Amino acid sequence: MKADFDHQPADPSRRVLLERALLAAGLLVPVWALAGEGDNGTAAAVAKVLHGRAPLASGLKFTTPAIAENGNTVPVGIEVEGIFSAASYVKAIHVFAEANPAPEVISFQFTPASGRAKVATRIRLAKTQRVVALAEWSDGRLLQAINEVKVTIGGCGG
Amino acid sequence: MDKPRVKVPLNVRKGEPFEVKALVSHKMESGQRKDDKTGARIPRKILNRFLCTLDGVEILRVTLHPAVSANPYLSFYATAGKSGEMKFVWTDDDGSTLEASAHIEVKA
Repeated sequence: MKADFDHQPADPSRRVLLERALLAAGLLVPVWALAGEGDNGTAAAVAKVLHGRAPLASGLKFTTPAIAENGNTVPVGIEVEGIFSAASYVKAIHVFAEANPAPEVISFQFTPASGRAKVATRIRLAKTQRVVALAEWSDGRLLQAINEVKVTIGGCGG
Repeated sequence: MDKPRVKVPLNVRKGEPFEVKALVSHKMESGQRKDDKTGARIPRKILNRFLCTLDGVEILRVTLHPAVSANPYLSFYATAGKSGEMKFVWTDDDGSTLEASAHIEVKA
């Protein structure tokens, strides 16, 4: 297990410094520059996937309910247009949630034998928040979609 | 513990992506909940990994975090060049595994 999936919350001051450094280096896409107080580390987690590359805002179909009655089980669907070949396929899809106890939700790693990148699952959302989906093609192209989900009854317990 | 449930088409076309659905009973204890009586935090215990293979060839690998709902449901796609056995393995935080399999019949 790599350190980027560690569940220990990062030291806030260190994280803020890291984000500032990334911003200064122009590594964060503008939308994440808005992440302020209460950010759970999503900005840093997204930056880690982007690795300095700019994501495209199209080509990724991210389906979430506008309003989730129950945050304990929120259906999500992610689809990347295009059929795979041995040379060109979607390597991974990552989902992050901005206001959960930890940013990471789920990651899918595909192979050319997957055929296409279309997945669905059910996730927990602690409260109303933005959910980020990132997809990475084998040629390094990155796609990003951000959806806001209003949560009536929060998940994650406690 | 109920057996995992997996659903694949009755038969598939060679090389054409088909949908696979997998559902397993598991509390996916997030580590965030507290015991109502004692107030103590209930330790995390989730299925943190999922792997799907077809005749030993990797199709999909998933990393699950505590933000995946209880009784995790996964839907995804796969392709097959010939008929074979699809295997599904979920790995728990404690190292134990849940397994399922399905026959994939490729129609000429």
